[in-house]
Amino acid sequence: MAYSDKVIDHYSNPRNVGTLDKSKKSVGTGLVGAPECGDVMRLQIEVDENQIITDAKFKTFGCGSAIASSSLATEWLKGKSVDEALAIDNMEIVEELALPPVKIHCSVLAEDAIKSAINDYRVKNGLEPLEMPKSHH
Amino acid sequence: MLKFPIYLDNNATTPMDPRVLEAMLPYFSDKFGNAASRNHAFGWNAEEAVDYAREQIASLINCNPKEIIFTSGATESDNLAIKGVFEMYASKGNHIITAVTEHKAVLDSCKHIEKLGGKVTYLKVNEEGLIDLKELEAAITPQTILISIMYGNNEVGVLQPIKEISALARKNGVLFMTDATQAVGKIPVDVEADGIDLMAFSGHKMYGPKGVGALYVRRKNPRVKVTAQMDGGGHERGMRSGTLNVPGIVGLGKACELCKNEMESDTQRILKLREKLETELLKLEESYLNGSKEHRLPHVSNISFKYVEGEGLMMGVKDLAVSSGSACTSASLEPSYVLKAMGMSDDLAHSSLRFGLSRFTTEEEINYAIDHVKEAVTKLREMSPLWEMFKEGVDLDSVEWAEH
Repeated sequence: MAYSDKVIDHYSNPRNVGTLDKSKKSVGTGLVGAPECGDVMRLQIEVDENQIITDAKFKTFGCGSAIASSSLATEWLKGKSVDEALAIDNMEIVEELALPPVKIHCSVLAEDAIKSAINDYRVKNGLEPLEMPKSHH
Repeated sequence: MLKFPIYLDNNATTPMDPRVLEAMLPYFSDKFGNAASRNHAFGWNAEEAVDYAREQIASLINCNPKEIIFTSGATESDNLAIKGVFEMYASKGNHIITAVTEHKAVLDSCKHIEKLGGKVTYLKVNEEGLIDLKELEAAITPQTILISIMYGNNEVGVLQPIKEISALARKNGVLFMTDATQAVGKIPVDVEADGIDLMAFSGHKMYGPKGVGALYVRRKNPRVKVTAQMDGGGHERGMRSGTLNVPGIVGLGKACELCKNEMESDTQRILKLREKLETELLKLEESYLNGSKEHRLPHVSNISFKYVEGEGLMMGVKDLAVSSGSACTSASLEPSYVLKAMGMSDDLAHSSLRFGLSRFTTEEEINYAIDHVKEAVTKLREMSPLWEMFKEGVDLDSVEWAEH
């Protein structure tokens, strides 16, 4: 299968691989997927007092498209407000990376990871968790 | 000078030996005759070439040249053997015994037999990939007409106990067929010593051309017959009609001759290279050799790298042409049925690579492959949340995954 240049670029030079201190109140962590499904994504955000995402990190177990989707997500998250981050739609990732239909689930997973990280941050800070769109499949 | 990608997928197909190509060339042009033409020199020359190839092949597997039936490849040979025996021996019984790790050509032929009302027993394998002889013996019934067990497995290289299987078949008056596609030309295969009644093999796995293979059909003790699966001119003693693929047959013959002459030195060299590859790659933490280490073909190595996803790994080793136990190039994730049958978990099966070495594999290529794989696995693990969790001592089985 041919990968797009952008997927190859993110796979070869992943942005923001790493780990944030999940014990900090300002850090939200989202862990989505399952090993037997072939993808696990962990996405973390650090949010300042103005609700701006100052840092984002990821680690992904998965195919090139999954790695690229999460790498791209961290790039997009930095500097965005939490509300702006919530508005990121998986189809934007699909378009940016030119993912083929069989890889759309990678972008869905990235969107889930963003929402899951934001929810973790909200709960830590005494806010109501947002309703997660349960399973896209 | 290394050429990229480095070809290490020799269980899928081998490059053709230039000496094989050279032998074949005249039969595409000047010597184009039909081996079945009895009235002129074009036909005689073609027939002579085919007969010579039969001798070259017979010499490699220790049979009579008349026992070779030419086909288009191992898939056809498997089909012809299984369906042909089922039809020919219908009055004797309708039960076939095979194993779950067989090639699809055997498994799907057996499924076809089941549709026709036949009965098939699929033997399980242990974690090394080997069948249990006691289970085999227990599966034999008065209705059993054929045991079909492969010689060496295409994914992990595991060699089944052929002599013991054939002895059981003999004792019970059952025919023994083996798909020896991966074994012929690579290790000594002797149909007499091994007690084989029918054997499928192919040209392109042993440095010969694609599109040509053979089925060995025993003529004596016992005399075996298969019902033709194609109707036509009655070629190949009535078992396989169709104008003979003379250039292909000449190539198969030459490939067999070369394998016979060079098997020993090739094997010694390949074994050394594989030993180096395995030793180095198994130094990586959480990497596992799949299949029996002892009972194995010399030119294949199947290794799993835990906490690395298969497709990501394939992308990481882009300088190598290898196969993966992961078939997740489609939306459905279906890991190798062979690895699964050996009791391997889905994630470990997904993260496996199959390295297939050949006569043409060099030490320089193996050195490069070692570094390349190590680098890719290390990089992907640094990126893997599972690896981080494993390193922190988290039991991944206890994690409640947000399945999607």
